[in-house]
Amino acid sequence: MISIARTLVARDLRVVLRRPGDAATALLFFVIVASLFPLGIGAEPNLLRAVAPGVIWVAALLSSMLSLQRLFAADHADGTLEQMLLAAAPLGVLSAAKVLAHWLVSGLPVVALAPLLALQYDLAPELWGTLALSLLLGTPVLSFIGAIGAALTLGLRGAGVLLALLVLPLYVPVLILGAGSVEMAAAGLAAGAQLQVLGALLVVSAAFAPWAIAAALRISTE
Amino acid sequence: MGHCGGIADIDGMSTAIRWFWFASPQTFFPLAGRIAAVCWGLAAALAAVGLYIGFFVAPTDAQQGEVYRIIFIHVPAAWMSMFLYLVMAFWAAIGLAFNTRLSAMMASAIAPTGALFTFLALWTGALWGRPTWGAYWVWDARLTSELILLFLYLGFMALQASIDDPRRADRAGAVLAIVGAVNVPIIYYSVQWWNTLHQGASVSLTRAPSMASTMLTGMLVMSLAFWAYAIAAVLMRVRCIIRERE
Amino acid sequence: MLEAVGLECARQRRALFAGLAFALAPGELLRVAGENGAGKTTLLKVLAGLLDPDAGEVRWQGRPIRALREEFARQLVFLGHAPAVKDELSAAENLSVACELAGRPASPQSVREALERYGLPAEPRPVRRLSQGQRRRAALARLVLSADAPLWLLDEPFAALDAAAARLTESLIGRHLAAGGAVVYSTHQEASIEAAVHRVLQLG
Repeated sequence: MISIARTLVARDLRVVLRRPGDAATALLFFVIVASLFPLGIGAEPNLLRAVAPGVIWVAALLSSMLSLQRLFAADHADGTLEQMLLAAAPLGVLSAAKVLAHWLVSGLPVVALAPLLALQYDLAPELWGTLALSLLLGTPVLSFIGAIGAALTLGLRGAGVLLALLVLPLYVPVLILGAGSVEMAAAGLAAGAQLQVLGALLVVSAAFAPWAIAAALRISTE
Repeated sequence: MGHCGGIADIDGMSTAIRWFWFASPQTFFPLAGRIAAVCWGLAAALAAVGLYIGFFVAPTDAQQGEVYRIIFIHVPAAWMSMFLYLVMAFWAAIGLAFNTRLSAMMASAIAPTGALFTFLALWTGALWGRPTWGAYWVWDARLTSELILLFLYLGFMALQASIDDPRRADRAGAVLAIVGAVNVPIIYYSVQWWNTLHQGASVSLTRAPSMASTMLTGMLVMSLAFWAYAIAAVLMRVRCIIRERE
Repeated sequence: MLEAVGLECARQRRALFAGLAFALAPGELLRVAGENGAGKTTLLKVLAGLLDPDAGEVRWQGRPIRALREEFARQLVFLGHAPAVKDELSAAENLSVACELAGRPASPQSVREALERYGLPAEPRPVRRLSQGQRRRAALARLVLSADAPLWLLDEPFAALDAAAARLTESLIGRHLAAGGAVVYSTHQEASIEAAVHRVLQLG
């Protein structure tokens, strides 16, 4: 079972490496969105420092959503999703594998790029660790929850926008906790509790989301 | 299906048969109509009583004057919006687990009414906020949670609307409703925390004036009125859905 | 081995088939015939467990497949309309992944041999650069490595195939039947496959 999951992750990573365009676009989107805000709200340093955690987190959220559309759509189109449904491992395990591959390609780079954007907003370097950690814990949760939405909207007209509508309300707790933890740290308070709750959300979503994803995949391919 | 309580309970077995009999959309159709008719009347009567209590009987609030009276609509609407979401998720789960068509139809029928109550809660909240705190929207914890709840309802309705196959629409909606229901407490608490983080306890619609018993009675009566209305509206809608599909 | 009882399916309010039943024993071949849109693909998907029928059930060795899930999936090979290959990977990589996913990992050697039998060199060229016919053959190469899956469900396996590949596929199917497997396939054309029992199910 683990070897099958590993094969799936390796396959997805190989596919992305050979065609990096889509993944790169989503990351570029992350950077662009974060860069747009100062143009909209003015570049006053205190203001930017205050909004940095929230803006970077919202940008991460939107970028995650953009890349989620790819998660199952390509497999559905070329018939490999069918084979996944008929694989010799439980669909929940394979769904988790797909989400892992997706996160490695779209979530982990966001964590790596965040300090760069923090620099743009002149966020204090002491806060970069908290920011990165919050994103490290939060982006997988976004991937898991978003994958449920991606599976539900598979093959529908206007799937992209519909996915956003379905998934953004569910993203709210992650956003609040993620950005909030950095804001707490910025105010000199301990952010430990928020990060722990975020960690708990990660564990819970990793445990339960794959089964919701599997159910949604079966429903969408019937 | 709590509405079947009026059926004669001859013995356990015949009640069980009766439950499944009413689970068929065809047989439920006339029953739904009768219950709806009763509930319309009930809703009108209760609403009249509730509004009377709210607007004439309950005393004027020392701090907020007459404006606070809008809580007689705002709070029951908020309660109903959250309650209906759970009921909707419940029916959706039943439909998914037992593959019963009627349960899924009930879930689909509840969504618009739930969304309506959410919108009503938001709108009355804004109307209350303006004279009390100077702004229509103050990002109060409860209003913000209601807003997200509205998005959850709209998402459910949008998903079902964009799927042509009724079976897939029912089941996909069910998964979404269940995932949403599980998330509602998480959303609620995180928004509460967010509110304390950013605004402190200065502005809060949840800090309603201390409840005189008449106020509580008024809100309770209005809640019952809304509940009766919800039952009536949902059952009417279910009848439409049954007619459409069968 | 494979049994269908009272199968009923409707798509977009149109009844495709109802009360469909058959039993397939080892070594038997079932051909599903019918016009386009008659429900051949739907039936094959129902048999594979990808779709739930509106009524009736499919049984594998007496037990309903809905209860068996992965256990049943491990016993079958399903080749659908689409070649089920990732454009960015080579034919060899795709075949290797497909075997791995099906729980039957294949050595690089056997993957290469399977592709060569279908006239495809095991080169690193991504499938995107192959022709339609080559892609089909890359998908069918899986049959060479699926001897130990008792049930083969093939949706239009001969579509867009040249004569040599078609003959190879026919002989593979024949060999599989002789070894005690069962094959259900859908096709427009007649195919000459040696089978002890060759049934035809006409849809539509």
